[in-house]
Amino acid sequence: MTVVLETRSLVKRFGGITATSDVSLRVERGARHALIGPNGAGKTTLINLLTGVLEPSSGSIALDGVDITRIAPHQRVRRGVVRTFQINQLFNALTPLQSLALTVSARLGISAKWWQPLGRDARVVQACETLLRQFRLDDVMDQKVALLAYGKRRLLEIATAIASQPRVLLLDEPVAGVPEGERQEIFDTINALPDEVSVLLIEHDMDLVFNFARSVTVLVNGAVFAEGDVQSISTDPRVKAVYLGEGHG
Amino acid sequence: MSAAPQSKVAASLAAQSRWKAWELALAALAVVSWWLLGEHALLANEVAILALFAVSLDLILGYAGIVSLGHAAFFGFGAYTAALFAKHVMPDPLVGMAVAVLAAALLGAVCSVLILRGSDLTRLMVTLGVALVFFELANKLDWLTGGTDGLQGVVMGPLLGRFEFDLYGRTAYAYSLVVLLVAMFIARRVVHSPFGVSLKALRDNRLRAMSIGLSVNARLAAVYTFAAALAGAAGALLAQTSGFASLDVFDFHRSADVLLVLVIGGTGYLYGGIFGAIAFKLLHDLISNWTTQYWGFWLGLFLVVLALVGRERLMKPWTWFRRSAT
Repeated sequence: MTVVLETRSLVKRFGGITATSDVSLRVERGARHALIGPNGAGKTTLINLLTGVLEPSSGSIALDGVDITRIAPHQRVRRGVVRTFQINQLFNALTPLQSLALTVSARLGISAKWWQPLGRDARVVQACETLLRQFRLDDVMDQKVALLAYGKRRLLEIATAIASQPRVLLLDEPVAGVPEGERQEIFDTINALPDEVSVLLIEHDMDLVFNFARSVTVLVNGAVFAEGDVQSISTDPRVKAVYLGEGHG
Repeated sequence: MSAAPQSKVAASLAAQSRWKAWELALAALAVVSWWLLGEHALLANEVAILALFAVSLDLILGYAGIVSLGHAAFFGFGAYTAALFAKHVMPDPLVGMAVAVLAAALLGAVCSVLILRGSDLTRLMVTLGVALVFFELANKLDWLTGGTDGLQGVVMGPLLGRFEFDLYGRTAYAYSLVVLLVAMFIARRVVHSPFGVSLKALRDNRLRAMSIGLSVNARLAAVYTFAAALAGAAGALLAQTSGFASLDVFDFHRSADVLLVLVIGGTGYLYGGIFGAIAFKLLHDLISNWTTQYWGFWLGLFLVVLALVGRERLMKPWTWFRRSAT
């Protein structure tokens, strides 16, 4: 398998605290990879390093073998590294349709056009139609995002990431705050992504992780504690001790 | 398998940039006002200039969320450029306007570096500082600007080589009105474009704007430059229609006034600057006629009431004595 995203000895220190400690991670093309670990294990910090929101103290990140450690966040997105946020990060003054149209325009490289109206391009309209239908946002597409119900906001959060057509999708607890009954639905849309898209998932719900992921990395205290396929991780007694033992059941 | 000729999505996107009836009515009213306001053309000219200045501030404040207490820097720069150009190079107003707009845009591009980082408070201080610097520069370089006496001896040529600027401000008002309408047309195009919508997006959530692949700094710099160009056009209008430029164009009160105009008219929908400028100038005129010295007192009182009651409620007196409707 080809490795798409790779970190080499990634370290991030905040003052005296080491949030990410010597993490070397390989995400393969088409991976369904889960990142688990107890609270404070440094999962979100790692995502922030991968997307460029934070700069690593040392180590490097490569996309398709090309070093992207010092590349600005928006340029990583253009190269296909896209994330969702644990806490919704949305454009409150826009509507879902405007948000998606803007995101699709950005992906198509036409978001800096200043003379033609948003949505003049037929590709934007078509992509928005598909996304709105897929995420059942078509009935609220013209409402202000700030006024949407939480569930719809969560769907928009995921839809916005999908609208960027990621090659590597980083999902930071995508179903956080979503009622149990609607969680599977979100995962269905993620599962429906093309095979060549690599997905890195941070999730607390072990049942969801073991249903969705094929490979798992366990982070503890910022360092890689265990790695392997779902089968071996779910039966690893050490993992059970640090993680499953406390959170499960 | 599209059954309808145009989908709901396409229709909704298209509707956002379509001209609304009230917008067309407003544009028509603006044109007609030239005939209606014959004897008040001088005041109307001031309103049009202030409106253009306020619209330019709205682009950075209402859309991109950049607070500024020094927008007069660009207004003044445009004014002095236009006046100096007319005096030393060429008296044609349209060429002078083009030069002033370019000069102000250039200054905006340079200054945009200063507003990319920092909090709102930082930006308030930086913009205020820049305007102060220009005020003192214009004061010190008296061999060029005339210092505190202002730039004397500016003679404007006729508009299009035909229409002389008259004492009653008829030509001036027509000129300012056309510039305002052209500027509004361009600004309207811009705010409905992907670029314009992205400004609101990055004002709302910088982190998310980056996460969909937008270069936040490049966009802030671009809109700052565009706004500076429009502010420069407003300044040039003032200098050209009055045939004079003085330190007053850089003064702090101009930056503050234009902010008040937007507060009165509302931000983020492009027309706030126009409605605000009309209300502001009319209030000023009305109160000054009644009690010349205490205009500031009544303006202050009005602002306090406006801020506390809210614009929407203030415009709807019938809701004042109702309990909150929700």
